[in-house]
Amino acid sequence: MLLRHTTAQEVERKALTINPSKTCQPVGAMYAALGLHGCLPHSHGSQGCCSYHRSALTRHFKEPVMAATSSFSEGSSVFGGSSNLVAAIETIFTVYEPDVIAVHTTCLSETIGDDLTQIVSKAHEDGKVPEGKKVIFCNTPSYVGTHITGYSSQVSSFVKFFSAATPKKRNVVNLVAGWMEPSDMREIKRIARVMEARTILFPDMSGVLDAPLTGKFEMYPKGGVSLSDMAATGDSKFSIGLGAYSTEDACVKLENKCKVKFEVVEIPIGLKATDRFITSLSRHANVPVPDELTEERGRLVDLIADNSKYFYGKRVALFGDPDTLIPLTEFLLTLDMKPAYIVTGTPGKHFDESMQALLAEQAPEARYKSGERADMFQLHQWIKQEPVDLLIGNTYGKYIARDENIPFVRLGFPIVDRPGHNFFPHTGYVGATNLAIKILDKVLDHTDRTCAEEKVELQM
Amino acid sequence: MRKIAIYGKGGIGKSTTTQNTVAGLAEMGKNVMVVGCDPKADSTRLLLHGLAQKTVLDTLRDEGEDVELEDVMKKGFQNTSCVESGGPEPGVGCAGRGIITSINLLEQLGAYDEDKKLDYVFYDVLGDVVCGGFAMPIRDGKAQEVYIVCSGEMMAMYAANNICKSISKFGKVGDVRLGGLICNSRKVDNEANMIQEFAKRLGTQMIHFVPRDNMVQHAEINRKTVIDHAPEHPQANEYRALAQKIDANTMQVIPTPLSMQELEDLLVGFGILN
Repeated sequence: MLLRHTTAQEVERKALTINPSKTCQPVGAMYAALGLHGCLPHSHGSQGCCSYHRSALTRHFKEPVMAATSSFSEGSSVFGGSSNLVAAIETIFTVYEPDVIAVHTTCLSETIGDDLTQIVSKAHEDGKVPEGKKVIFCNTPSYVGTHITGYSSQVSSFVKFFSAATPKKRNVVNLVAGWMEPSDMREIKRIARVMEARTILFPDMSGVLDAPLTGKFEMYPKGGVSLSDMAATGDSKFSIGLGAYSTEDACVKLENKCKVKFEVVEIPIGLKATDRFITSLSRHANVPVPDELTEERGRLVDLIADNSKYFYGKRVALFGDPDTLIPLTEFLLTLDMKPAYIVTGTPGKHFDESMQALLAEQAPEARYKSGERADMFQLHQWIKQEPVDLLIGNTYGKYIARDENIPFVRLGFPIVDRPGHNFFPHTGYVGATNLAIKILDKVLDHTDRTCAEEKVELQM
Repeated sequence: MRKIAIYGKGGIGKSTTTQNTVAGLAEMGKNVMVVGCDPKADSTRLLLHGLAQKTVLDTLRDEGEDVELEDVMKKGFQNTSCVESGGPEPGVGCAGRGIITSINLLEQLGAYDEDKKLDYVFYDVLGDVVCGGFAMPIRDGKAQEVYIVCSGEMMAMYAANNICKSISKFGKVGDVRLGGLICNSRKVDNEANMIQEFAKRLGTQMIHFVPRDNMVQHAEINRKTVIDHAPEHPQANEYRALAQKIDANTMQVIPTPLSMQELEDLLVGFGILN
């Protein structure tokens, strides 16, 4: 019992968060920056921030994550980080030769009020930014929001610094990727390709954080949205944002800047969310839905029908990021499972409203909570009050799963103790199939292992 | 060694009063150090006869961690030791952190060690206690005695009251105490009586009433304290009197700050708001 001190009885807490379901803003900003080809993320703050954020990403993706830091000293904290950042920009372009440096702030540089606009323009004035190279930046103070906020800010900065409208519109649909795995992005690109829709996906971490082992180190792997594609997003005829929390802001900015209309849908996790995404893409790219996708959908529906008795009524606790949890909850309802407890550390009304609408009919007794007080400690207390049959979330859930002896499906960020998320997407019909199978495996393995001997059946 | 911090509203005359008082103490044969805690670094100008000081933070920035005490401490009028913390240029960085850094550094360098045989350390702190950094001089183990410079003007009293709030907070856990109010006259009606009453309500005393005199400005233009510039002038005697009173002061209290309403009532009572 690693969490033996967790009690079923809740005490009202005003100031304490225990085992938060979130991490720092810059982790998200750094992750998103890697989705731009030839981009080096730069952390403007003390060195420890950068090391932590890099290792948080490396532990999940099992890939080297390159990033630079302003390495604040005591002096920089007092006098401001301007000289450090200007010097860093010069060194980075000289030694590491990226096309873009994506600067994000940290708590320290935000608190002392460093003005990135002014510092970066000074770097330009001093001739530290070579011709054709770019320095972009976004603000990521970690005492507001979460890694999702940081991700969203970085994606918006791509739009702010690159998207440009020329007089010529192109028959292309932008797909603004919310926080998902590179494998999920790969799957979304496959769907678009099968539909023969012309799309630009950004940011795009596939081929960057799931690059093959070739024996040769590439500072800038070949994946990532290209700068020319990123600029061309301003000429696209429409944008589809995948996940309101991580992409809506970028979509709005793109509309304001380049008059590209947009729609925000959920990340296509599960049957219905995928239906909506494909319908949206089909309509806005003006392409039909090919048989290949219809068949994939049919196979998923078949799987659900064949196994409906195993899904039915199973109570599920889930935690993670809102853009994932909303469609995931919907999918669990599609499977006739019962989402019981849903927790995200990322604040925002949209989550609560979506949950209310989704759960009202099929699982009105479900409890959900978002924001900084929504933590895994409380989730665990709820589970102790009334148990669940399945837990879905990132690796941090393993302690609860072990103590309570519940089947545990790893999904979300970070997953540091199992492979697989790099390979098997959760998006699209194929992803939903993967997910449904994973849930079945976990639940049925558990039954086989723990049910009374006389109940063991060859075919359950 | 007595460690004293001088606070008060911006522009009230903290630096002028501090340096003149220090000059008075120095004349009495006391060994005094002044630590300017203001990014403008003008807290020792009158003692040093000009802005001759390289600040602690400038030295730290230019020479790295290997700072020597001699690099940042200069001898001024009557052998007083003068140090300026300094800080970032306006609009960048964090001045509050600067004060924390420089006071820590001075401690590391042994500026307060026994062998320096100091009788007094004065911290001259800018304006309000706007953030944690500016409270550094009254945090545990630093200054034990605070004097607030104020006048009969509403905002000066308001600022003084605010400073009392932070002293009462830090005083509960540390040994910082309020030594009194120094009234630097602005020729407000009934000023001395009002500040005396204000001090009483705060649980302290008006330690001295410094009258307004143009000689202070004359001395400032000549980059000198009044005691240095015109030792025979009556204003010089005022500062000598203040120095003696501080030297003899034993009244150290945790103040009881007033509510906004009480403060306004006080002003009405003494005829300012009419």
